[in-house]
Amino acid sequence: MIGLIGKKVGMTQVFDDRGVVTPVTVIQIEPNLVVRERSPEADGYAAKVLAAGRVKEKGLAKPFRGQFGEFSPRARMVEFRDFHHQCEIGDELTVDLFAETAFVDVTGISKGKGYQGVVKRHNFSGGRATHGSKFKREAGSTGMAAWPSKVHKGSKMPGRMGHERRTVQNLRVLKVDGEKQILLVKGSVPGPQNSTLIVSGAKKKDG
Amino acid sequence: MDIIKAIEAEQQEQVAKVEENFRIGDTVKVHFTIVEGTTERVQVYEGLVIAKNNSGINRTFTVRKISYGIGVERVFPLSSPRIQKIEVSRRGRVRRAKLYYIRGRVGKAAKVSELVRRKS
Repeated sequence: MIGLIGKKVGMTQVFDDRGVVTPVTVIQIEPNLVVRERSPEADGYAAKVLAAGRVKEKGLAKPFRGQFGEFSPRARMVEFRDFHHQCEIGDELTVDLFAETAFVDVTGISKGKGYQGVVKRHNFSGGRATHGSKFKREAGSTGMAAWPSKVHKGSKMPGRMGHERRTVQNLRVLKVDGEKQILLVKGSVPGPQNSTLIVSGAKKKDG
Repeated sequence: MDIIKAIEAEQQEQVAKVEENFRIGDTVKVHFTIVEGTTERVQVYEGLVIAKNNSGINRTFTVRKISYGIGVERVFPLSSPRIQKIEVSRRGRVRRAKLYYIRGRVGKAAKVSELVRRKS
């Protein structure tokens, strides 16, 4: 697996030479610092720890700051298992890592929607709006009868929606621009603009 | 946001750019490339510009015409490389940016009067 930490910039569209329009998301990937290596001998698994994003040194927690050692600290730190790109601690990986990748998976925190009802949150149908309807956007029945005499755990009900870690798989890479440090992928990715994204090689395409 | 603007500006340069030489209410001829399998040909679509939408690379315009008694509206992306040329055949005098009211009218009521510029 290969992967990098990036930032969602926003969406736009691109034309190809035949005039076909493709919606794209722009992901900014500044150089990622290799902070640490995990080895099967010492940790039980192989992985690389990458970090990215500008941060002020002042006010950082010492246990977090300490992991960077002699390097300047970064805002986000992510561990990538079985990282098959050769690199040493202290190296900086740029977006060019994806130069030969056709598809990526993108992980982010989805936009928070607040407290939502069942129609929006779980795609319930709701009832008729008019003609004397007394059943509009309610959930309806949530259980059975005297047995089991309780509501099962995990029933679909109103509540907080969004702000969850979500991954979108198999997004086609349209452009890798090392100079501007950006990546263009087809389609949308989770989260608001300027949020942190984890971009990795597509798990179901090239393993 | 500046990165988005930079990407769009770069795109604008790459795609064959036609000038936005028409306004709302004008009657235009759009020379649009149609791709049929492997062959390409240019089709001319003539009608009234009733709206312009969006901005930057996403900019589109809507052209309405009456075809065999049926109203037809087509939305063209202004930056599309498939637009060869846009010719203005008639300037219109209108007082609003969106001419959606034309849809509900037939005959003479659906006409836009011609823009006459007086020489000073």
